[in-house]
Amino acid sequence: MSLHLQNIAHTVSGVPYISDVDLALEPGSFNVLLGRTLAGKTTLMRLMAGLEPPTKGRILMDGKDVTGVSVRHRNVSMVYQQFINYPSLTVFDNIASPLKLAKHPQREIEKRVGEIAEMLHIEHLLARYPQELSGGQQQRTAMGRALVKDADVILFDEPLVNLDYKLREELRDELRDLFKVRNCIAVYATTEPNEALALGGNTAILHEGRLLQYGPTDQIYREPNGILSAEMFSEPPINIVPGRLTDNDITFDNDTHFACDDALRQLPPGDYRFGVRASHLSLTPQAADDLELQVTVDVAEISGSETFLHVRHPHFPLVLHLAGIHELRVDQPINIYFPTHKLFVFDQQGGTVHTPLLQKEGVAHG
Amino acid sequence: MNKVYNNRAWLLVLPMLILVSFSAIVPLMTVVNYSVQDVLGPNASFFTGTEWFKTMLNDPELQAAFLRQILFSFTILAIQIPLGIGIALIMPKSGWQASAVLILITLPLLIPWNVVGSIWQIFTRGDIGLMGWGLRQMGVDYNITRDGTDAWLTIILMDVWHWTPLVAMLCYSGLRSIPDAYYQAARIDRASKWAVFRYIQLPKLTNVLVIAVLLRFMHSFMIYAEPFVLTGGGPGSSTTFLSQSLTTMAVGQQDLGPSAAFSLIYFLVILLVSWVFYTTIMNMQKDKNSQGGA
Repeated sequence: MSLHLQNIAHTVSGVPYISDVDLALEPGSFNVLLGRTLAGKTTLMRLMAGLEPPTKGRILMDGKDVTGVSVRHRNVSMVYQQFINYPSLTVFDNIASPLKLAKHPQREIEKRVGEIAEMLHIEHLLARYPQELSGGQQQRTAMGRALVKDADVILFDEPLVNLDYKLREELRDELRDLFKVRNCIAVYATTEPNEALALGGNTAILHEGRLLQYGPTDQIYREPNGILSAEMFSEPPINIVPGRLTDNDITFDNDTHFACDDALRQLPPGDYRFGVRASHLSLTPQAADDLELQVTVDVAEISGSETFLHVRHPHFPLVLHLAGIHELRVDQPINIYFPTHKLFVFDQQGGTVHTPLLQKEGVAHG
Repeated sequence: MNKVYNNRAWLLVLPMLILVSFSAIVPLMTVVNYSVQDVLGPNASFFTGTEWFKTMLNDPELQAAFLRQILFSFTILAIQIPLGIGIALIMPKSGWQASAVLILITLPLLIPWNVVGSIWQIFTRGDIGLMGWGLRQMGVDYNITRDGTDAWLTIILMDVWHWTPLVAMLCYSGLRSIPDAYYQAARIDRASKWAVFRYIQLPKLTNVLVIAVLLRFMHSFMIYAEPFVLTGGGPGSSTTFLSQSLTTMAVGQQDLGPSAAFSLIYFLVILLVSWVFYTTIMNMQKDKNSQGGA
């Protein structure tokens, strides 16, 4: 089963929620919808499910037009941010409810509910009611309901947001494994770039109702098609530094110059915006030709075993993502090292003109 | 955390205690005091023990009033609760229509109780009342001052008109608190309207409904002003409810001892029924939960 959204637009009382999205999802694919809140993720999912028809465009399933077909006549299932289960039914009856409505024989229902419950590790909870379960167990039950019927499309609308960190990682890993053996289209909405990376598959980046980029997750991460995509798909957001490229060197502030590598030399000279990932900056030199920058510390956010260091250069701010705990005073002057070979280059319109080469694989770039 | 013991904390409870004693405990104790004495004059009274209570419990007139009261309360509950749920279900969910319907439906609740009685008294008059005159024109022999059944039905109709909006509003607020995702999930499951009501809306309304039933039971069990104005308890004593018998006895006949005993019995009955209802519902929920083996 393939799902093709053709030039979809959706407007609710004059406000555009989705504009001009064209997206083809392949059978058996796992797709992540990445975008901030209000990017249009939920709306797009509602359109995919058929909960409402788009104001413009067509939706094709296996090449068949299903644009006006209501959700009742499509074979989809959905898992929500809130834990949605029937409050007066046991876990077993909750998971069995789609099968009962489809009038499957009792023996088969028992077998399938048992299998799903085992997969989700809730087989010992089948006799309980949702309100007696923990959040994670409730969401597992909701997932069981979604997975038990062989839906053509399964939609996950930020299903792990309301769970604690540990459970989230656990459930996310299980989810990825579950879909390896299924042949349906899975769509998973999230606001977190790291979650998209952990889930793999394909990623579609949504921003203000528009589709910025769609493709295999790792490829999109390596080769964002513009500043917006690069910013959406990095946490903390990629550092953007304005600068000038001359014949064979680059300057950010007219004082410090550094030689650019061969790939950059091909670009016409002029003003560009340079992107560098927070995790590529460091406090110690990593390569012989790293650029040394003198900056002052704004704030050091320590989260668990890593530090987000916000620093100030006279011409631009930077964020460093450092492993380990670094306690630095506010306004303390320090030197940081800037990798000159890991630069993303964007033109003034925000489009990508260069992405850094991968160290080993060596992806070809224009 | 260590608990700090300080007896001066009682001082903080004191104002509340004084207020409650003057508003509830002291008046109640005066009633208790009267209920065990025969008051003949300002300085002449003697102790009677439980005699008044025995008399009251065996009084056939009061027993009849009590049965009428029970019948009345259960009838209006049986009508108002389902009707209130039904109205809440068909009320508009948003926009100006929702506000308009809410205001319209609340109007009966804003009318003072004795005014409700007067409105219905005029409404049901055969000569100038819209309903009384209308029914008569249609050939129905309708007269609440002569026919006990007519009086009964009218009082029930009046109470339904007056109080169903409360149930509807409680249910409406309960329904609005159900996240939209539940309905979406039900649509995706291809659940019927009935299934949505039975498995999503009704379970989510349980708590609101318990409150609605308790409020409506207590209210209706104490009903006084509306039937008093509408029928005056008649014809005969066919619509005389407990509170009216009590008033006649205490204020009309100045039988302080018996009416005090009666008040206490009345109070205890309401307390008992409410308590039994509440604990039963709570236990039912607990049982349901523990069946799962928590």
